[in-house]
Amino acid sequence: MKSIEELRAIKERNKGDVVSRNEKGVPTVNVHMGTCGIAAGAREVLTAVMDEVKTRNLDQIHIVQSGCPGMCINEPMLTVTIPGEKPYVYIKVTPENAKSIVLRHLINKQPVQEWLLNLDK
Amino acid sequence: MDFYRAHVLICAGTGCSSMESRLLRQNMHEEILKRGLDKEIKVIETGCFGFCNMGPIMVVYPEGTFYCQVQPSDAAQIVEEHLVKGRPVERLLYQHEKESTDTVEMENIEFFKHQKRVALENCGRINPENIEEYIAQDGYFALAQCVNEMKPEEVIDVIKKSGLRGRGGAGFPTGMKWSFAAPVQADQKYVVCNADEGDPGAFMDRSVLEGDPHSVLEAMAIAGYAIGASQGYIYVRAEYPIAVERLKIAIKQAREYGLLGKNIFESGFDFDVDIRLGAGAFVCGEETALLASTEGRRGEPRPRPPFPAVSGLFGKPTVINNVETLANIPKIIRNGWEWFAAMGTEKSKGTKVFALAGKINNIGLIEIPMGTSLRTIIYDIGGGIPKGKKFKAAQTGGPSGGCLTESHLDIPIDYENLTAAGSMMGSGGLIVMDEDTCMVDIARFFLEFTQEESCGKCPPCRIGTKRMLEILDKITSGNGTPEDLTNLETLAETIKDASLCALGQTAPNPVLSTLKHFRHEYEAHIYDKKCPAGVCQALLSYKIDARKCKGCSLCARNCPTEAISGKIKEPYIIDQAKCIKCGECMNRCKFGAVIKE
Repeated sequence: MKSIEELRAIKERNKGDVVSRNEKGVPTVNVHMGTCGIAAGAREVLTAVMDEVKTRNLDQIHIVQSGCPGMCINEPMLTVTIPGEKPYVYIKVTPENAKSIVLRHLINKQPVQEWLLNLDK
Repeated sequence: MDFYRAHVLICAGTGCSSMESRLLRQNMHEEILKRGLDKEIKVIETGCFGFCNMGPIMVVYPEGTFYCQVQPSDAAQIVEEHLVKGRPVERLLYQHEKESTDTVEMENIEFFKHQKRVALENCGRINPENIEEYIAQDGYFALAQCVNEMKPEEVIDVIKKSGLRGRGGAGFPTGMKWSFAAPVQADQKYVVCNADEGDPGAFMDRSVLEGDPHSVLEAMAIAGYAIGASQGYIYVRAEYPIAVERLKIAIKQAREYGLLGKNIFESGFDFDVDIRLGAGAFVCGEETALLASTEGRRGEPRPRPPFPAVSGLFGKPTVINNVETLANIPKIIRNGWEWFAAMGTEKSKGTKVFALAGKINNIGLIEIPMGTSLRTIIYDIGGGIPKGKKFKAAQTGGPSGGCLTESHLDIPIDYENLTAAGSMMGSGGLIVMDEDTCMVDIARFFLEFTQEESCGKCPPCRIGTKRMLEILDKITSGNGTPEDLTNLETLAETIKDASLCALGQTAPNPVLSTLKHFRHEYEAHIYDKKCPAGVCQALLSYKIDARKCKGCSLCARNCPTEAISGKIKEPYIIDQAKCIKCGECMNRCKFGAVIKE
């Protein structure tokens, strides 16, 4: 070990690994993975979200799963929660849409209106 | 670095390992592999979470779902339900008696809610066998800061101002200790870590070594820099195989990363650490005996002065610090002394780790800010006393300490208050006793321990504790006489005054403190030949209540000495001459007809 910079580089490299065990209040992507969701392709959506988060090196995001929210017709579904804001529920998500949601909603903070669950419709 | 969406942390401390957590880990790996999830879910073995009676423990992040008493056979269900479908397995969630709903997240559990983890911060959170996880948690940054930006005297000053005191028991200010060794001129100085944890029931040092070994190495290097030492030794018991193994791995990794060895951070500072194994003699926790044993001599204490700071290991200036003390050091450097000094009471700063044991629901390891009351520890964190029994006393300081009674439940726990209450902080063993505990028997238990562990060098300890034990044996076997109590007191005072080291000086404490708070129990044993708690076998007799006995003969059939006789459907009788007081009849009786007097 030569310098504190070298130490810092190791820390950065591993930060993502321990951050999920420490941080509270980070943006969360929740993929609904009940049997209905999985049958509709939630698994591929989850993998797509993971790929995107990994490629973009976003360590401040939690990816979690939950069960069926009861709107099986709209599966696969995905909920994005940014602390302090109301949750946004996306419906009929495809892997491509999922990648786009990571970029537009989580990074650029612009929810993708046209894919959101709209109860008024 | 690969990205994992979920981390499954499984406790690999000694407690959970003894409950098949290794097999559980293996099964989890297999199940995850089987479903092709190995690229997205990481299984990590960690140090102790502290909640040992709920082990094996598993925590799933990022949600922080807390599973307890997980069996190896549960692996498939956890992977299928939680990791594939995102549905926590409810039957394995922690359930608190007081709380009606299941508690999912670790931080909401009563046991963890009142704790403040400083020394144990990384235990149960990082993989102790991976130095990079420690670095990711700001590990070794304190060492970098010390050797690059601070003068040795500045380091000592920070530790002094933080108010950190020795966590091994005596509570000597750590910064002060360092400042004694720093100015002594010598060609070689040493830093020794005292990991000879010997109190029955205390295991905080083991947990730190198992769960966060790098924090101890980093702290030893900082101490070395502060006092001018280039070599450190960890004196650890050979009975801690997991701790020793993880320490070896940690030392190897630290050397590979250049965090131990020559020219650390190109500052010109050299420091290395080696392990010395102890054979488990209690007296070797005493610093001069520990040094003798480290040198390869018989583990016996010697009179002080000279203090180790002046003449210690191999006659060179030496600083000896306890594991828990060291685990606090890197955090004090990183967060500043003000942060540390803001926790605790006026004279006792920071936190203290306690090993909760005895008659308490949540047996385990806890860390609380100094000044927390015994009531919070026992009733909130500890979850109260099992079976609704009444609290009687709590022993702190192990065989060197004393007991605290109901009247002490609300005093803020710190070094001074415990001493004033006739006990001591000690290394942090906390044994809770309920109404079924006989205090004379407890005193006898601790004295038996110290008497066996006396090294035999000085007569007051060697002979004195033996005589005291004989008197206690006499009392508990029903042969006590009134003068025994005064003899006990005289002996105790003499042993305290005349013994060479702390082992002898503190050995009479459990007797003195129980005599002070529970003298009536001693008197009941001596005058009435009764053991009020019903523990001392010689003073007990089992009888059958003729009104409750249905004459089923179950007791008679299970009596190992055939002391019970009678006719079916008529009350049975116990022959006191044949009875060996094993209590089997009482355990078997379905009608509560057997009574103990």
